[in-house]
Amino acid sequence: MIDLDTYVQLLGLVQNSIIAGAVLGLVGGLVGVFVMQRDMAFAVHGISELSFAGAAAALLLGANVVAGSLIGSLVAAILIGVLGARARDRNSIIGVLMPAGLGLGILFLALYPGRSANKFSLLTGQIIAVDSPQLAWLIGISIVVLVCLLVIWRPLTFDSLDPEVAAARGVPTRFVALAFMVLLGLIVAVSVQIIGALLVMALLVTPAAAALRVSSSPVLVPVLASVFGFVSAVGGILLAIAGSLPISPYITTISFLIYVVCRLVGGRTRSRRRLAAAV
Amino acid sequence: MLRLESASLGFGRRTLWDGLDLSVRPGEFLAVLGPNGSGKTSLLKTILGQQRLDSGRVLLDGGPVHRGDRRIGYIPQQKLVPAGTPMRGRDLVALGVNGHRFGFPVTRKGERERVDELLDSVGATGYADRPVGSLSGGEQQRLRVGQALADDPVLLLCDEPLLSLDLAHQRGVSDLIDRRRREHDTAVLFVTHDVNPVLDKVDRILYLAGGRFREGTPDEVLRSEVLTDLYGSPVDVFRSRGRIVVVGIPDAETHDHHDHHADEHPEAHG
Repeated sequence: MIDLDTYVQLLGLVQNSIIAGAVLGLVGGLVGVFVMQRDMAFAVHGISELSFAGAAAALLLGANVVAGSLIGSLVAAILIGVLGARARDRNSIIGVLMPAGLGLGILFLALYPGRSANKFSLLTGQIIAVDSPQLAWLIGISIVVLVCLLVIWRPLTFDSLDPEVAAARGVPTRFVALAFMVLLGLIVAVSVQIIGALLVMALLVTPAAAALRVSSSPVLVPVLASVFGFVSAVGGILLAIAGSLPISPYITTISFLIYVVCRLVGGRTRSRRRLAAAV
Repeated sequence: MLRLESASLGFGRRTLWDGLDLSVRPGEFLAVLGPNGSGKTSLLKTILGQQRLDSGRVLLDGGPVHRGDRRIGYIPQQKLVPAGTPMRGRDLVALGVNGHRFGFPVTRKGERERVDELLDSVGATGYADRPVGSLSGGEQQRLRVGQALADDPVLLLCDEPLLSLDLAHQRGVSDLIDRRRREHDTAVLFVTHDVNPVLDKVDRILYLAGGRFREGTPDEVLRSEVLTDLYGSPVDVFRSRGRIVVVGIPDAETHDHHDHHADEHPEAHG
């Protein structure tokens, strides 16, 4: 165990990582609300595997890993968005893309002569390994996603609920759906750097799923999802720097525990409501 | 107001309708009937500008229709909103008012008042703040009517809006649509496969079947010889206590389903 002084010193060193985690947690929670409403949890996983392949390719070529990961996830997001407008098509396309991406990524890593810790971190994340200029990029991308998501919030809500009526009411549904896929691709690429390709869903699916267990308010659900994402990401980093274990398991565990608590609380209020309705 | 001029549409080798001329007056209630696959929904999609005609044209107030025309209100087939959707009754209606607008999702005061008005006009104020996913099919459908009326449409397109509603809600929702066209002169195109719930409200009928169509008042169209001619096989139309029962339609499942359902509660059709 380390003492308080060392901990505070460490905090100073990882300050930028904490900021990146905080922003990702907040934005990931918001994006997750739409991931849930559009039934896209599987798409998140598919995009993250291609993002991993892109990052691995960049590592092998000595290029910028964040850029590689961005390219991989944008290609996946746009392919899924264009080819998989209907849910069934979408799932089969993701099912095809995912192993292809993961396989390529593993190939690139196998060819990469560098340290194996770097290889592993793309799959399971290690934010401390990301240098400051790249962290700035991650924060910047997250903020762009946040602003764009707020701008398309209403049409996206309409399209998520009822695309046919939204189109009849003048929502450019194809544009909105594709724009969301691009935003999803961006935020997945950021998450891959921070918690790793295999664990992206802990920040893009779990917080929103937890929020939906305890509320169906259009304001409270996004707010809670953001708070849950924030607490998981920042809490995970703060706990991890005190010990020698990697960050990701802390983040995924906090996020999972929040979900379990929400499920228990939500289950109780739901059955109480049902009881009240029956009386 | 709404005019179709020698409109034709088909998919592949199958013609849905050919040389369709139709003109709908303000305040008119036109029911579009026909078996599954006769192109009822495609007709609505055409008017919504989402489906191109093979030939002919569609005009609204003299101009061609286009996608997302806000003078048209659209009430879709009853699809239940999944439980747990983070949306209250009033949010569903609000989407009709500002759901198409990009920008930070802040609802203005005027918009909130408009939503309250709409909720009141469809009798949904009582459950406006409950989660949509927890409401009954009939309650959800009332909210969708409110959503469709957001911009005071001159034309209301309804695609089987009564499907899978119980009789009381069928009456409630169809009364709502009927009152709207009487008070605001809104034309109504009402796609349905069972005319009985709206028989007392319908001005005219467009009957689509087998690539052909007939148009006229219910008494002119809903006759054994007219439908026999349309379907090319013997069809009988019976009237009993103000209800119409059609027997012998080749693809009879959908009709049977609703007639059977209605027969159990004949009093609701008065």
